[in-house]
Amino acid sequence: MITYAIYFTFSCFGAALLMNLYKIATAKGVGDKVLALDTMVINAIALMILYGLSLGTEVFFEAAMIIAMLGFVSTVAYARFLLRGNIIE
Amino acid sequence: METAFEALIAFFLIVSGIFGFVGSFGLLKLRDAMSRLHAPTKATTLGVGGVLLASIFHSIAIEHHLSLHELLITLFLFLTAPVTAHFIAKAHIHMSETPETLPGAEQDGIWATHDVPVVEKTEGDKDSTA
Repeated sequence: MITYAIYFTFSCFGAALLMNLYKIATAKGVGDKVLALDTMVINAIALMILYGLSLGTEVFFEAAMIIAMLGFVSTVAYARFLLRGNIIE
Repeated sequence: METAFEALIAFFLIVSGIFGFVGSFGLLKLRDAMSRLHAPTKATTLGVGGVLLASIFHSIAIEHHLSLHELLITLFLFLTAPVTAHFIAKAHIHMSETPETLPGAEQDGIWATHDVPVVEKTEGDKDSTA
């Protein structure tokens, strides 16, 4: 039962990643692209945890945590660059 | 008992998969930039939260040990999602809206992000104004 649920969730988040990629390629404004990149990071975290769940290991939690932190910092840096023209004044 | 836990894990996984899909579909489907901000920041975060809940239950029920790494990631994501949404919204307001195109701010007259005093620029500090 869990196996099929994991397959279903894998395909959902995989399709979500593809839609984000399409949005990054076709979005008109820069803000939308940054938003799509941020969503992509969150979906990637979900995929990593799912993979760890399906293998039964805990190795992926640290990687997911690091990716979450990097995604947050990079999104804030992008938004700040759009607002101010530089990141650290 | 094992079967009940498996059903619970499968339920959380399927619900979170649907939420993650809906979040990214809303990013494509919604019409203007400010409403597009809703879908990824709320639905996708909830989807990841569901996966992490399923992972906690999996480690308790199937592998018989308590693992709380997931709670840390959940907490971090739930704290940072509103902050990133705020930053993206602010960038959007300043890049592609003017005070005239925004909806009115009722009794305040002007939105706080536009309510900044105008600083006189002098010749000397061109480099320091960014």
